[in-house]
Amino acid sequence: MEQKLNLDQQKVDLARATAAKIAEKLHSWIGDYTTTTTERAAARLLGIDGVDHESVPLPNVMVDKLQKEGILDRGLVPWLSMAVVARNQSPQGIAESLASGKLQVSEITALPEDKWMVVADSLAEEAAAKIRATRTKREEMKKKANPCGKPMLYVIVATGDVYEDAVQAKAAALQGADIVAVIRHTGQSLLDYVPYGPTAEGFGGTYATQENFRIVRKALDEAGEETGRYIQLVNYASGLCMPEISVMGAIERLDMMLNDAMYGILFRDINMKRTFIDQHFSRMINAYAGIIINTGEDNYLTTADAFEQGHTVLASQFINEQLGLRSGLKEEQMGLGHAFEIDPSMEDGLMLEIAQAQLCRELFPRSPLKYMPPTKHVTGDIFKTYLVNGMFNFVSILTGQEIQLLGMLTEAIHTPFISDRYLSIANAHYIFNNAKGLGADIMFKEGGRIQQRAEKLLNEACDMLQDIEKIGLETAMEKGYFADINRSIDGGKGSSGVLKKAPGYYNPFIKIFMNGLADMEGRLS
Amino acid sequence: MSKDLSRIKAYGDTLNDGATQVSFTLPVPAGDEAREAARQMALKMGLEEPSITFMADLGAGFSFFVVYGKCKHTVDYSAIKIPKKQQEILSYYEINDLIKKELGRKVVVVAACTGSDAHTVGIDAIINMKGYMGEYGLERYPEIEAYNLGSQVPNADLLAKAVELNADAVLVSQVVTQKNIHLENLTELVELAEAEGLRDKVLLICGGPRISHELAIELGYEAGFGPGTLPNHVGSYIVAELVRRKKTEKS
Repeated sequence: MEQKLNLDQQKVDLARATAAKIAEKLHSWIGDYTTTTTERAAARLLGIDGVDHESVPLPNVMVDKLQKEGILDRGLVPWLSMAVVARNQSPQGIAESLASGKLQVSEITALPEDKWMVVADSLAEEAAAKIRATRTKREEMKKKANPCGKPMLYVIVATGDVYEDAVQAKAAALQGADIVAVIRHTGQSLLDYVPYGPTAEGFGGTYATQENFRIVRKALDEAGEETGRYIQLVNYASGLCMPEISVMGAIERLDMMLNDAMYGILFRDINMKRTFIDQHFSRMINAYAGIIINTGEDNYLTTADAFEQGHTVLASQFINEQLGLRSGLKEEQMGLGHAFEIDPSMEDGLMLEIAQAQLCRELFPRSPLKYMPPTKHVTGDIFKTYLVNGMFNFVSILTGQEIQLLGMLTEAIHTPFISDRYLSIANAHYIFNNAKGLGADIMFKEGGRIQQRAEKLLNEACDMLQDIEKIGLETAMEKGYFADINRSIDGGKGSSGVLKKAPGYYNPFIKIFMNGLADMEGRLS
Repeated sequence: MSKDLSRIKAYGDTLNDGATQVSFTLPVPAGDEAREAARQMALKMGLEEPSITFMADLGAGFSFFVVYGKCKHTVDYSAIKIPKKQQEILSYYEINDLIKKELGRKVVVVAACTGSDAHTVGIDAIINMKGYMGEYGLERYPEIEAYNLGSQVPNADLLAKAVELNADAVLVSQVVTQKNIHLENLTELVELAEAEGLRDKVLLICGGPRISHELAIELGYEAGFGPGTLPNHVGSYIVAELVRRKKTEKS
């Protein structure tokens, strides 16, 4: 890719190296802990699914029982494997016996490692093989399909009813969308369990359940079949159940997951420790499943000012990248987020947007950047919004963005109607086609305002990263470095689900995923 | 033609031409039948001489239309009465001065996005230090103690906090309006406040993209703030109302 901003490479390297140090500091303690949802994710990986008579998901039933007994700090897998060995039952059978009361946790006798670890490893390898098979299936389907243009068109559906979502998702795909996200029910991020089965009632979106994933996946595969394309499905591995939702996505062949290392802390007030631990396992699963993650830096600019705080987006992208790499994600799997959110009434705001978008492109050349549309300054004036969205699309094609979340002309009015999506796709098609080669023909004036703005942003991001490195990311978040939001280290929801690992803790998936990742294509720099 | 305010019509380029544009989707595939269905739909909306200027097939059995027509309906503008918030908009400095002079104590404001609503953009713009469009948020006001409880706060918790802090005003933001969830939430808060005997002790104020002052009054709130509201608009209202109430008590 052509360099247009005349960036100081030493500064870029310094920013990346500083972010690496920040990530290392976090990793000095993340590995010493586990969480309830991490253990539930292991249960799901081993095939435990379904609910008990009170509709509590079986992974929760089992993890809660182990936690009550005070033995969850060794992890779920050892106890599950011991029970499997002792009773000659499947993991699902054990979970069902525990749920029905046929088996008590206290009846699981501790066995020496050599009695159960082989079983644990072979169960885990079987589960990993299934995920690999799903990944291979995706790769084959993609190979057979017509190649997808860039930027890829990403739209959301959010009816609350999964069956209606399936209709809308299919329609969007037939209209030309490459990627469809099903927005979640507005409160789901704070549920400490994943609901079960198909759901037809949700506000602001639809519950992420494994059955719902399956239903929309099927609809999109049908649309793909009809159009000779592969339509990508997105959901949210975020909130209190990050790793569990990653497991569901890995099984049901989702293609992308919103999966930010800090979003839950900032925007959902979830406990910091919990989130940092959860994101690590969650991202390992995504990495292994070949899922592209989307990070949420765009959200910073919905609370903080896009002109003044542009550098915080970059700093966060660097941190997200370094944390992602440490969970095995390749650069090619990181849809780092940014947004077109500068006040449209600002003189030369477009130049500033170009500078920021081009800068992200040059700083993360191998990552499929996710570019988010204007929302903050959008009002109910649909005509103006449609125009602003056109400018957003223009900047995207000019600077080579990859994942384009299309702006809706009815943003700030309602969740998108079928026609809103149609109009947004028409807008993008027009501009992406009409200005296709423009970026390749344009260079920016040396020392001009676009280069100056990019340089300023990079310098500020670098300074910010160095400040964070000095005080640590946790303290930086306490001080409100991101999105103008302060979060205390011990505050927030979900802290009771954090456990220090005891000696003898075992989760075979960490080893399988991290070792397996080394052989996959893509760069781990 | 002279303008008759008791019978106004939509306007395009000639008085009383009724010129109106609408767009909508029908659950049938595009085609001659769909176009005719759209035309009939427009007629039923009161659009005379409807013209389907654009039709597009949306796939999956839907089609989209842009329609122009002459809306036959009239409205009596002269009979319209809208309740208005009776106070002028003061600046950041004027609000702080007024609190010092007239109330002589800090004004306590508690705010939240309630129910399942996780969208804090609105309440953040009003409360957070930074504010919105160059207007400081209420947190920044030296004479106001503002507490932003954030998102997804149960109504009961919001009221409990208001009691604990002896709040003068409770601000509720509702952004998500799907299936009218915001109305349920807002109504529940009023009912809870009444049940707990708080109704007269605290100003209940709501805001959001689909909230109007009129709607707020109807739901039992003191005031409602819609799109375009800045922190000082809310601050002006709260202070003016508190001053008014203080004076009424005395007299």
